[in-house]
Amino acid sequence: MVEVLAARKQQVLEKGKDVFNIECEKPSTAGSVSQRACVFCGSRVVLYPIADAVHLIHGPIGCAAYTWELRGSLSSGPELHRLSFSTDIREHEVIYGGEKKLYAALKELIGAYKPNAAFVYCTCIIGLIGDDVEAVCAKVEKEVGIPVIPVHSEGFKGTKKDGYKAACEAAFKLVGKDDITPVSKTSINILGEFNLAGETWIIKDYYKRMGVEVTACITGDGRVAEIGRAHRAKLNVVQCSGSMTYLAKMMEEKYGIPYIRVSYFGIEDMSKALYDVAEYFKDETILHNTQELVKSEVNALLPKLTEYRKDLEGKKAGVYVGGSFKAFSMVKALRHLGMETVVVGSQTGSPEDYEYLKEITNEGTIILDDTNPLELSGFILEKGADLLIGGVKERPIAYKMGIGFCDHNHERKEALAGYEGMLNFAREVHTSVTSPVWKYSPARIKAAEAAQAAEAAQAAEAAQAAEAAQAAEAAQAAEAARAGKEILV
Amino acid sequence: MTVSVAEENYTSTRNACKLCSPLGACLVLRGIEGCIPLIHGSQGCSTYIRRYGISHFREPLDIASSNFVESTAIFGGRENLFTALDNVTRSYKPEAIGITSTCLAETIGEDVPMYLRQYLASREKGGRDTKGLAPVLFYASTPSYKGTHMDGFHEAILAAVSALAGFGERVPVKTDRINLVSNFVSAEDLRELHSILQSFGVPYTLLPDYSESLDGGTWETYQKLPEGGTKIADIGRMGEAAGTVYLGIPPGKKDAGKWLEENCGVPLFRRELPIGIENNDAFFSSLSEISGKPVPDLWERQRSRLIDAYIDGHKYVNGKRAVIYGEEDFVAALAAFLDEIGVVPVIAATGASNPGFKAHIQGALKNTRRDVEILDDADFVTILAHARELAPDFILGHSKGLYLSRELGIPLIRCGFPVHDRIGGQRILHLGYRGTLNLFDLICNSLMEAKQNQFDKGYTYL
Ligand code: SF4
Ligand code: SF4
Repeated sequence: MVEVLAARKQQVLEKGKDVFNIECEKPSTAGSVSQRACVFCGSRVVLYPIADAVHLIHGPIGCAAYTWELRGSLSSGPELHRLSFSTDIREHEVIYGGEKKLYAALKELIGAYKPNAAFVYCTCIIGLIGDDVEAVCAKVEKEVGIPVIPVHSEGFKGTKKDGYKAACEAAFKLVGKDDITPVSKTSINILGEFNLAGETWIIKDYYKRMGVEVTACITGDGRVAEIGRAHRAKLNVVQCSGSMTYLAKMMEEKYGIPYIRVSYFGIEDMSKALYDVAEYFKDETILHNTQELVKSEVNALLPKLTEYRKDLEGKKAGVYVGGSFKAFSMVKALRHLGMETVVVGSQTGSPEDYEYLKEITNEGTIILDDTNPLELSGFILEKGADLLIGGVKERPIAYKMGIGFCDHNHERKEALAGYEGMLNFAREVHTSVTSPVWKYSPARIKAAEAAQAAEAAQAAEAAQAAEAAQAAEAAQAAEAARAGKEILV
Repeated sequence: MTVSVAEENYTSTRNACKLCSPLGACLVLRGIEGCIPLIHGSQGCSTYIRRYGISHFREPLDIASSNFVESTAIFGGRENLFTALDNVTRSYKPEAIGITSTCLAETIGEDVPMYLRQYLASREKGGRDTKGLAPVLFYASTPSYKGTHMDGFHEAILAAVSALAGFGERVPVKTDRINLVSNFVSAEDLRELHSILQSFGVPYTLLPDYSESLDGGTWETYQKLPEGGTKIADIGRMGEAAGTVYLGIPPGKKDAGKWLEENCGVPLFRRELPIGIENNDAFFSSLSEISGKPVPDLWERQRSRLIDAYIDGHKYVNGKRAVIYGEEDFVAALAAFLDEIGVVPVIAATGASNPGFKAHIQGALKNTRRDVEILDDADFVTILAHARELAPDFILGHSKGLYLSRELGIPLIRCGFPVHDRIGGQRILHLGYRGTLNLFDLICNSLMEAKQNQFDKGYTYL
């Protein structure tokens, strides 16, 4: 039996067994060892890839130190985002306020690195000591002539989701600044694609082959100027919907740009993402190009996947990721590898997300919101998973439980998006799941023994049932014979 | 705008060379058997600290949080802390809960000791739903804006010792027991310290000890509180020891060594981290003094092997120039070691703001005093700027020096914390004669490799 804290009972359900609407979108229970971070984390991960901006973290050092190079977002040009800037406030500023230090830091950094914009992330303590960050930013903006944008990401003021929202608000301030650079009639913005391990480049290449122009990717391989003209693209394509739908909505409202939600993970979702865009433009050439692209990519990919599938057929997986859209795609992608998802959850899912997860998973699947190591390790063992997909904090849980692991987090170095990403994904899953090392894992040995015992018990039960059925049948036959006799008589 | 007194020379920190206090505290708490850390503050800090620790140790690192929300920040965290204590007690069944605070909790002036008294009173009266479990609670105040992870580290040791080591009443029998308070070292280092202590054949307490809990073996089921750690009972006995060896020079006014001396009359021996021959000699001789036993022969042989290696490799290192950075005490010990082998630490830097750092390092340099830049409150951008001028040959420090190494085109020899871009960071041995030997070999070999790679024909013999 997996222990679930009383306060969390409504955040965990088993499909087919429990009938209730999962409780989500609430702060983590005090004293649970939550796998999730804070508002600041949400903002930081969304804005981080804007590579020609200074990202200054206003607060004591920790928040900045822990997020230095946290994301594997690559840039084709400037790499300012890979540096960690902090006002590193000390006791003196906690008492007297951090505004002077913030001002000095901004002037220093902008002077030294000549960025095209600066973001100032407010962390917990800043919200508390009440620095007027808006005023400092406005002052510096006036003095230096680049956008200096506060991001209200005080950690305690909500969940990671609120951080996404704060990031969208900050990014929105850049939108609309450039109204001269020409933009094609069939152009899109990609929202919520962060160029982890170069994924944006893969996706952009697909759109290019379709004949669609990408005006801006917000924020993968991001540039301030690109975001500045994003308002003139014809369609917003939202990939990480948890984080960026809010920006899409704001752009729809102000600039009338419609948006669609897509996912770039797995074969179906990737193909659908391309077709949805093609259909939106109702352009024969684009449609034709898209068909060709999907056909050739899928044809090249499938035989390679089949190779991996041979070994993976029938294996089980757990998925615990930040955003639930990623979870949907993972469930489907795993199916292509012949694998069933038995545990699935996210840090930030909405009620609709969990409904959808219920729809696409099999009976008996455990669905979790904002989980912790005790639950996760328990369910993995209980459901007999062979693989876990998650982030750094989930990795040692999987390894200690003796199962494979696939990184699907900010810092991964393997591209998992697109068709080539699917192949990388399959390779990584295969490499980990088929490694001979698991046979030495005590947790695995114990699980195998338990499974064997269960199988034996099942077999015994089945034998018993068969015997009973036979007896019943015989009795029935005797009865029937008797009845027949009676009738005959 | 707020008016600030003096201090106009504000700068930003670029690529910090330090971490925040609760991280250090959590490591100590994970090094006590049956103890779980609970960070009083908002969720993010605890998650980041877990993630950071996991990327080095590659082990689960469960740290609970009292999870402040907006109203908590305004009205105070008492209720959150109480709920957190209940929940942690019920789900982890710990013997102790070590509470460590974040900047946020400190800034709003949380009176945690008072909360804990109230909580305990309520628990005693049966007012808490903790299933009859009654873990010991203690608290380390760790505002990060006042220091670095090392301050948190020492603070948590003090909190544990002062809560658990029976105060005032000194046990009448003077034992030959040794207290060894370790510094922020690797799990392998802690295992080496165990071997050293065991070899003296007297009882001892090694605190903290995460050698097993953060570098353990495989599991059958999920271990809520991984095995290993300093036993709570052994911490309780620290007051009866014949002496305390405190490794690294704690920055604080008050540390556990001093506390034991003042409250329990246990003599205190402050020692540098045992890296290098002289630091090790001093370390071993204090163990010998406390225990009343001679240094076991085994270590004499190790020492002699180390000197032999120094001689074998001296040509490759003498006159070379190194950049070292990290925790103050660690850098001081590295400096002393490099000085012994003729390497000039052209930059010795720490991210901590510590006016005593300069003198500390200078004191460690007995052979060289030339060309040494000693930087406190430094970040990696500053270190790089200084390093460009000084033409170092190699870098000795944690993974965050990768940029320096790339920019300067010189090897980075990984040690300390964090080493998260290699496997086995937690198993690097730095301490003792053996640890020194390990570092010495690593340095020689990477310098030789660099030379081999530069020489177009390559060379195959020494
Ligand atoms: S510096 Fe303070 S607020 Fe930031 S992560 Fe560390 S404890 Fe939390
Ligand atoms: S919770 Fe606050 S202090 Fe902690 S990491 Fe998040 S923003 Fe920083």
